Amino acid sequence: MIEFDAVTKGYSADAEPTLRQFSLRIARGELMVLIGESGCGKTTSLNMVNLLIEPDSGTVRVDGEDVRRADPVSLRRRIGYVFQGIGLFPHMTIAENIAITPRLLGWSRDEMSRRVDELLALVRLDAAQYRSRYPAELSGGQRQRVGLARALAGRPKVMLMDEPFGALDPITRDDLSEDFRRIHVELNLTTVMVTHDMTEALLMADRIAVMRAGRIVQVDTPGGLLDAPADELVRRMIDNPRRRARKLAEALEGAPR
Amino acid sequence: MTDSSPWRQALLHLPDYLSQHVLLSVSSLALGLVISLPLALLATRSRRLRGPILGLAGIIQTIPGLALVALFYPLLLAISHFTLAIFGFTFRALGFLPALMALTLYSMLPVLQNTITGLAGIDPAAKVAARGVGMTPWQSLWLVELPLAAPVILAGIRTAAAWVIGTATLATPIGQTSLGNYIFTGLQTENWVYVLFGCAAAAALSVVVDRLLALVQDGLRLRSRRRLGVALAALIAVVGASLLPLIGMAPDRVIVGSKPAIEQYILGALIQDRLNRAGIPAVRRTGLGSTVLFHALAANDVDVYVDYSGTIWTSEMHRTDMPGRKTVLEQTTAWLMREHHILVLGSLGFEDRYTLAMPADRARALHIESIGDLAAYASTMRIGGDLEVFSRPEWRDLTEKYGLHFAAQRQYQSNFLFGALMSHDVDVVMAYSSDGRIAKYDLKLLADRKEALPPYDALLLVSPRRAHDAHLLAALRPLVGALSLATMQHANFLVQGAAVPQSPAAVGRMLSEAVKP
Repeated sequence: MIEFDAVTKGYSADAEPTLRQFSLRIARGELMVLIGESGCGKTTSLNMVNLLIEPDSGTVRVDGEDVRRADPVSLRRRIGYVFQGIGLFPHMTIAENIAITPRLLGWSRDEMSRRVDELLALVRLDAAQYRSRYPAELSGGQRQRVGLARALAGRPKVMLMDEPFGALDPITRDDLSEDFRRIHVELNLTTVMVTHDMTEALLMADRIAVMRAGRIVQVDTPGGLLDAPADELVRRMIDNPRRRARKLAEALEGAPR
Repeated sequence: MTDSSPWRQALLHLPDYLSQHVLLSVSSLALGLVISLPLALLATRSRRLRGPILGLAGIIQTIPGLALVALFYPLLLAISHFTLAIFGFTFRALGFLPALMALTLYSMLPVLQNTITGLAGIDPAAKVAARGVGMTPWQSLWLVELPLAAPVILAGIRTAAAWVIGTATLATPIGQTSLGNYIFTGLQTENWVYVLFGCAAAAALSVVVDRLLALVQDGLRLRSRRRLGVALAALIAVVGASLLPLIGMAPDRVIVGSKPAIEQYILGALIQDRLNRAGIPAVRRTGLGSTVLFHALAANDVDVYVDYSGTIWTSEMHRTDMPGRKTVLEQTTAWLMREHHILVLGSLGFEDRYTLAMPADRARALHIESIGDLAAYASTMRIGGDLEVFSRPEWRDLTEKYGLHFAAQRQYQSNFLFGALMSHDVDVVMAYSSDGRIAKYDLKLLADRKEALPPYDALLLVSPRRAHDAHLLAALRPLVGALSLATMQHANFLVQGAAVPQSPAAVGRMLSEAVKP
């Protein structure tokens, strides 16, 4: 369970704060999507969960513990993080990248090796083929799968994902988001995911938090959001995938076979 | 190639010079890395320290290599006096230590610059990821930042290696053997084969090391552990192989020293030949500065060399009085034993003193026999001397005692002194009494009846640790009194004045054969 309680963060004294009195509870096993335009504070709030950024005021709790009381290094080893730019280490092989958190946690060589095979299978990459390759030799989608495997390696209960599928082609993106949804359920993870793609949010999320200018505008299930958008802007955000779905259906009906 | 060809002679010294050169370079680089890497990390972490660190390294780089190497001698000498006074121990201010310190400083700038640049150029995403997966700052540095910056850091190490290997040739004058021994010896004896050989050897070493480091860099850049392994193994093999002669060298071999002067090279070769004939393994250290050589002997780093009574009298004992040739010899001998436990085995039989010389026909025409006779004509004459003589105390004494006032005083590099006299640029010169060209140019040496100029008896000096080595002393004793002034002049002439000059080594061996066993 993750709790944000009246969290405020301002990057500089004279500018508008990035986060203002931000409060949100994410239940155990829930997949929460934070959505909003760039600069709305979604990545900042995500990074507060594992203390990559510290709040100016307010509290962030993971499983009831104030993260500022925790040791940041061991906290980060307990929490999986998939970075926006993936951030694989270019000088390490795929296996070494995946095993990095277990290595920091002091696992044995055998344990790490088994874990790498397990995770490559989980993200559907052929272990024999990819273990000893370097990130530069992989496609964007494959790298993102490795990034996911690396985040899962230390058996975290909490996953943070910052636009994990943003830079991928649509087909790879669909595959990966479906795979992750499956993994999230299988491993009973609590996940916070940041995106600006409403279609992705509607398809993956248990609940969606819509953010604007450092505040939460609305938190609801995809169904709730579709039925009762809080204001005009939210309505337009969810109308967009609907309109496209309608156009797509019409186009398919009228199209020659 | 014959046995005495200069190339062959040069090649014989290669194992000794190369191994010392590599040892010095590798030690300096290693020490430089140990200091620069942490400093660079400090500079990366703290912006306030970055300016001063890079600035200081940059300033050091602008000091000419020879000056930097030379600066450490007086510095260490002062420190060793200090430690002796306070802690009761002392260390050698000459040789390896000052060379090591100067070259270490020299190696630092490129490593500092490249490490700072390399660490600053890392993709920020990798650093954020390192924090995000739970690395401590140290783990981030060791596991991510340094490996990613390694190719750039290695480029800095390559530059540093090239600088250090080149500059290490300048360690010779402060008593550290290096490939520079070829260059300094060659310059002094006008043996261009030696100079060329030394330059080529240093350049070749530099290129080989640079290529091997480039292979290491490739291994890092391509992240190929196999390449990296092979490159490192090759590097270690080359360095190791060039260091092998150090192990093979008998620790009890006798080291024969020479100052950078032709006579000294001849005498060094003579002494070595005597020792070899007696079955005593001997090697030579050539081209050491006068003071450097004296202190090396006192510290047992050199075992035998020839110095001159007047040099020790003025430069080491700091005496300005002139009690006469015999007294100077006696007092010098006693002082050397008392103060430094250096044994004066005896005088070789000739003097190499400063002396006034002029063309013999002119001297005859003017009826000049001695310096006293010259005094009357001095005000119409121009005198030539080497670069230091006019600032030495004996020049002051000489002019005062005889009331000499020359029309002009001119300074020349000693090789050009007689040329100036022959072309009538000067009328009289301050020559060296054993110079080989005195006979060639038919010069008259003017008698110093007032003994204003100190005596310069050539003395055979033996280091404290060899002072009781009966075998060695027996091998050298026949040299005492064996070389007359005429013999030495002729020997010098064969190297420096003859139509077909011979090598100092060949002349030294020839003298050795002439000495009775």
